[in-house]
Amino acid sequence: MTAYEAAQSLQRREVSSQQLVKAVYERIEAVEPAVRGFITVLEQEKALAAASRADELLEKGQAPSPLTGIPMALKDNLCTSGIPTTCASRMLSDYRPPYDAFVAAKLQAAGTVLVGKTNMDEFAMGSSTENSAFHITLNPWDGERVPGGSSGGSAAVVAAGEAFFALGSDTGGSIRQPASLCGVVGLKPTYGNVSRYGLIAFASSLDQIGPLTRDVRDAALVLDIIAGHDARDSTSVPREKEHYADYLGKEVKGFKVALPVECFGEGLEKEIKDVVMQAVGKCAGLGVQMTEASVPSTKYALPAYYLVAPAEASSNLARYDGVQYGLSVRDEENLLSLYWSTRKQGFGAEVKRRIMLGTYALSSGYYDAYYLKALKMRTLIREEFVKLFKDHDFIVTPTSPTVAFKIGEQKDDPLTMYLNDIYTVTANLAGFPAISIPCGFVEGMPVGLQVIGRPFDEGRMLQFCYCLEDLLGIKGRLATIDIKEGK
Amino acid sequence: MPGAYEVVIGLEVHVELHTASKIFCSCPNKFGNAPNTNVCPVCLGLPGTLPVFNKKALELSLRAALALDCQVNPFSRFARKNYFYPDLPKAYQISQYEYPIAGIGSLDIFKDGELVRTVSIERLHLEEDAGKLLHDDANLSSYVDYNRCGVPLIEIVTAPDIRSSEEARLFLESLRRILLYTEISDCKMEEGSLRCDANISLRPPGTEALGNKVEIKNMNSFKAVQRGLDHEVVRQTKILDKGGRVSQGTRRWHEDKGLTSEMRSKEEEQDYRYFPEPDLPPVVVDDAMLKKIKNTLPELPVARYQRLMADYGLSAYQAEIITTERSLADFFEETLHHYSQPQKVANWLLGDVLKVINLDAKEIDDTLFTPIHLAELLDLIDGEQISGPTAKEILEECFKDGKMPAVIMEEKGLGQISDTDELAKVVAVVLEENQLAIKDYHEGNKKVITYLMGNVMKITGGKANPQLVTAMLKERLDK
Ligand SMILES: [Zn+2]
Repeated sequence: MTAYEAAQSLQRREVSSQQLVKAVYERIEAVEPAVRGFITVLEQEKALAAASRADELLEKGQAPSPLTGIPMALKDNLCTSGIPTTCASRMLSDYRPPYDAFVAAKLQAAGTVLVGKTNMDEFAMGSSTENSAFHITLNPWDGERVPGGSSGGSAAVVAAGEAFFALGSDTGGSIRQPASLCGVVGLKPTYGNVSRYGLIAFASSLDQIGPLTRDVRDAALVLDIIAGHDARDSTSVPREKEHYADYLGKEVKGFKVALPVECFGEGLEKEIKDVVMQAVGKCAGLGVQMTEASVPSTKYALPAYYLVAPAEASSNLARYDGVQYGLSVRDEENLLSLYWSTRKQGFGAEVKRRIMLGTYALSSGYYDAYYLKALKMRTLIREEFVKLFKDHDFIVTPTSPTVAFKIGEQKDDPLTMYLNDIYTVTANLAGFPAISIPCGFVEGMPVGLQVIGRPFDEGRMLQFCYCLEDLLGIKGRLATIDIKEGK
Repeated sequence: MPGAYEVVIGLEVHVELHTASKIFCSCPNKFGNAPNTNVCPVCLGLPGTLPVFNKKALELSLRAALALDCQVNPFSRFARKNYFYPDLPKAYQISQYEYPIAGIGSLDIFKDGELVRTVSIERLHLEEDAGKLLHDDANLSSYVDYNRCGVPLIEIVTAPDIRSSEEARLFLESLRRILLYTEISDCKMEEGSLRCDANISLRPPGTEALGNKVEIKNMNSFKAVQRGLDHEVVRQTKILDKGGRVSQGTRRWHEDKGLTSEMRSKEEEQDYRYFPEPDLPPVVVDDAMLKKIKNTLPELPVARYQRLMADYGLSAYQAEIITTERSLADFFEETLHHYSQPQKVANWLLGDVLKVINLDAKEIDDTLFTPIHLAELLDLIDGEQISGPTAKEILEECFKDGKMPAVIMEEKGLGQISDTDELAKVVAVVLEENQLAIKDYHEGNKKVITYLMGNVMKITGGKANPQLVTAMLKERLDK
């Protein structure tokens, strides 16, 4: 059942929000040991209290949004007032923010019901959720495999039916790649469409918050709630409020889609390519024009990303110094040892690796060669995108070069791990919106297809994906978890 | 021998902008509140928070740029200056680096009305202030007060154009005057709203190349700046005279000991890893905005100084003092709307009025004494209704309760006696009682007039019109 379908039942009063919440908690109890998608599951009483408020509003016909009463989850880097927000890091293992993130407040005002905070790679750095300081998350489709990352927990709980939808954050593919690996829809909005206020920053110029859902309609409904200008985020773009759900069901005839050759060549597993191409082939039936195109600068995307993101991260994560909040290791009575010990014990290996990489890239003497050059590559990529989008409405690519890989398989090989982002980082660097939708299976594991759109063209992007999803006929499928095998 | 070298000084001045709220959040920008009361998640740098640029800070920085003749950059942007320190909650300071809000400008410095030098300004940029560490030496603990975090600052960097410690002080004085005139800052060095670091090096006269420079910090008053630089000139001269090399780096001024000591050498200088602040869009300033701000700028101190001399015939000294504070110059000109003699106004302002104000260490704005008070007081003197000493007494009363001079005169019966009949009676009595003095006078001692006058004043409580009494005494004695 999708969030939309559940909401329909709520509005018809066939079911109450409290009943939905109870069902979700039963599901969590049953499958969570085999998924481990949450870092924090809220006390059921709290969720029920929120649900009963939603029920009252529904009863009076005063539901503030189409998703009022729907149980959902938030990635654990989104601040929730008084509720632990850990970024899956020892550094913040006891941290309770004094305020709500913009998106958390919006979802609350919309009457949705928070059930938990989801696991992730520490500070959103990773593509497998194995970098969580607390525990790994298992792919609901195969407990031997990773759910992807960094929003792996969000993708897994949605795929496993532990929440109707979840929010994630996407810096280089952190919503889309786990969505692809877990067989759900994952949307990264245009940079500036959703306020980052209250998202614990990884790389500020790339981070965007977006929904992970069971189908395209749900993604549109969630985006309707969380998108829009916020004066507290200076990079949030003031524009007229869109109604994304209104785009769904409209015809897509005449849309022009580009298939970049760079994304279908070397490095892409053949089976994945076949599944994606099959899906692409079906688009022809929609009256959509498909053409091959070339975005040569794509080859710079990954190196540019792995300079810009760590550089910003090295600065964003400098505040975790043990002085004001979070972990504070005071074994010796001097300032340097406070910094040293706190950061040594508080951060995991991948976070340290990226802080070092970023610090190096920003150092005087290296700044021009690395950071500045990366900014230039970024400009080049954006320019090529703008040019390509002059004659095309969308770019379609695979979301990830592989299906979900085995737990531990890439853990000690950061460079291979970084390749997971190869098709997704470009959209972040350019600031364009992108979405991953399930398009088929390889050996029982879901495969995602990525659609990149023009800035603030999420509406038509969803319109296109809604048709495509319908054509593919695999929407809203819950993962087939083998509960007994759960670890 | 000091003076054998040319002194080269450049200043870095930090000025807190006089805004209602902080630069990137809505916390009040106020000095002196209890520690950690003017704070919020944003200025505490809590995870997930984002800065929003205060438009008032932009406006004030542009006012400063225009007042200092700086070239305003139509496009500027914020950058992060990364370093670890407990008073810096984000571990980076949001500042400006490659693209400051304003570039090249200049400031003329004067001494006794003479232009001493035109000092070039290299740049003016915006940034946020850090918090303050409070040390508890008894318990070997330190505490952080974050109230000052996020207070808007401008940093003004001069070219190495300044040639003596005195010039440095003069520069700061005229900078302060401009910033007060334009209401950009309250410039209180003791509260840290104006802070100055100085770069100083020496070189043989006539040479172009700069010597090894030393940055001096922790000079907390104009006097300290001058003393610190004087000390450094002597210290560096000694080193150079012995054929040594001044080691580059940063030194701290110790006001109590009157010397500087090394904080860090050049090798230990931090790499701040500046990069563009991704959380804030570029700052774009268009002509319309600049024009609007230009129109709100008041007349600047130097222009006013020159105008006061030209329009009212003030001396350089008078104009200099009157333009020290904008409020004083405003007071002067406002008084002249009610009273026509500029010299008399200037004399009273610079003399007795300032004396009373300085006793209270106030600005003239903060007192109950207004230009109308002064004009009325001067009218009473001109009309011979009160004597000079009585006027001073009335002046002090005005400051106490704001009553008008004429009212005070009436209430206290301080009016001058100019009634000739009344005075004639007193003069008669005095002469009657001082036969010896009359004799002295006739023997050629004309000074006894002063003595007799004193007696008249004693009887009249100092209210007798002195000119009239003198004339009457002379008339009677010379009969
Ligand atoms: Zn604040």
